[in-house]
Amino acid sequence: MRELIALYGARLATDLLVHTAFVLASVAAGFALGLTFGVLLSRVPRWSGVILPVISVFQTIPGLVFIGLLFLWLGMVPATVITALSIYAMFPVLKNTYTGILGVERQYVEAARGCGMSHLQTLVKVELPLAMPTIIAGLRMSAIYTVSWAVLAAMIGQGGLGELIYQGTNSNNNTLILLGAIPAALLAVVIGALIDLLQKKVTPRGLRKGAGR
Amino acid sequence: MIQFQNVCKSYGKTPVLKNVSFTIPDGQFVILIGPSGCGKTTTMKMINRLLEPDSGSILIDGKDIRASDKVSLRRHIGYVIQQIGLFPNMTVAQNICVVPKLLKFDRTRCEDIVRELLQMVDMESYADKYPSELSGGQQQRIGVLRALAASPPVVLMDEPFSALDPMTRESLQDEVKNLQQKLNKTIVFVSHDMDEALKLADIIIFMAGGEVVQMASPEEMLEHPANSLVRDFLGKHTTGDAAPSTVESFMRTNVLSVKRNRGVLECAERMARGSVDTLLVTDEQKRYLGTVSIGDIRHWGQSLQSIEPLIRQTARTVRVGDDARESFDYLLDSGAPYVVVLNEDETIAGIVTKTSVARSVAQSLWGDAT
Repeated sequence: MRELIALYGARLATDLLVHTAFVLASVAAGFALGLTFGVLLSRVPRWSGVILPVISVFQTIPGLVFIGLLFLWLGMVPATVITALSIYAMFPVLKNTYTGILGVERQYVEAARGCGMSHLQTLVKVELPLAMPTIIAGLRMSAIYTVSWAVLAAMIGQGGLGELIYQGTNSNNNTLILLGAIPAALLAVVIGALIDLLQKKVTPRGLRKGAGR
Repeated sequence: MIQFQNVCKSYGKTPVLKNVSFTIPDGQFVILIGPSGCGKTTTMKMINRLLEPDSGSILIDGKDIRASDKVSLRRHIGYVIQQIGLFPNMTVAQNICVVPKLLKFDRTRCEDIVRELLQMVDMESYADKYPSELSGGQQQRIGVLRALAASPPVVLMDEPFSALDPMTRESLQDEVKNLQQKLNKTIVFVSHDMDEALKLADIIIFMAGGEVVQMASPEEMLEHPANSLVRDFLGKHTTGDAAPSTVESFMRTNVLSVKRNRGVLECAERMARGSVDTLLVTDEQKRYLGTVSIGDIRHWGQSLQSIEPLIRQTARTVRVGDDARESFDYLLDSGAPYVVVLNEDETIAGIVTKTSVARSVAQSLWGDAT
């Protein structure tokens, strides 16, 4: 074990750091995009009949293919990875933002309008807070997926835990594969737990009881 | 003053309002009533421009409401909806302050408003609670306060009490009527319940098929219903046999009761589900023992297994066959919400409430008018 640490310790640390950086950057960008488009789509629900199926189809394109395509266009730079991962990270957030906002009961929207809230005020003060648990659930999904997709960064030589895994598969070295895979799995668990914490924080207190039942 | 001038509205090809014109003077409690689909809710929602007329105009204090911005118009008109619609992510105080905050009142003024309003309904201690922690009746009390918070001269209410149980509904009706008289508001209230209209209204606007059939005070409507439809709606109020005089003729029989060995939580849940503040308690043989209130459960209930220690015998009881007069006097004098009526074998027959009194008075006054 000590040998292993001496041999790969420094590399593992760098790879883990790079991997985490990819995940954080992509999820942050994806969340911002997803939230924005989700809100916009919720303003014109009749478009969702077209847009959501298109998105679902897009989501089935393997990450490998998409990174490959972007690589041809953007080249062998971290931006390629972050762009691809952000777009994938965006989908769950977008969908959940949309369904979360549409799922807000009509009575609250009507009360908000009747009180004299503008559309923006209704969104910010009523619809988004009530949809927040659903939106964060989307964020959780996208963050955990992104941890596993970020392994693909190594494919175009951008580092991350994928490095170890690829090297391991190429040289038939199980230790290396596990050395990449186990930290990746742990990373997913840790990020999931952090988002659960966030979830508790952003759920309006008045809603928590109902959710717990 | 609210004026409707030749207002028309249709959804697609179906006309819902046909050339509606009327004038509501200030400080009046106006009830829009009629069979479903008569256009009463549409009429009300036009006042704060949640719906727009196809033609005709609506004036408040002589000013066409289309001249002012929708959003600011609504901030100056209170609005209470049927499903209550308190924002679940905000506390009671925050809910009450929604409109004052939109109007950019400063913090101390908002706090004063909350304190004053909660005081009026004896709910001061609830300021920091969330709507999910209140009973249905309490929630709608706060819904009414939210509408009153920025002191709008006009308040719209869309069947605000129809989702509440009869007992809670009656006490809320009384409270709203008191508030309206005290604060001198113009209230436009949609209802489908003639009892409610006769009890609350200064003016009843009876609508049918998108037209105003009759606009009159309750007394006048009872005495001279405009047509057979209005008369049917008034139904029991205009025709009546000789006034019955025993309590069972006035009592309500659908009351919530529980056995004494029931758990505290179960009772609290039943109150919440039925939107009531008290339950009647019986023993295993269904004999009446007393009442249990949500206040006591909140206060003492935590450590208790059953509700038995919380039972109170404060509610007045009478027997089937007793003279109703005595109960009426008691209700009116004491301000108690109800009297419990018991059968010979001590089981619960029903309760007598203030509406029963009102009904009896209406019947003896106008019962033989038509």
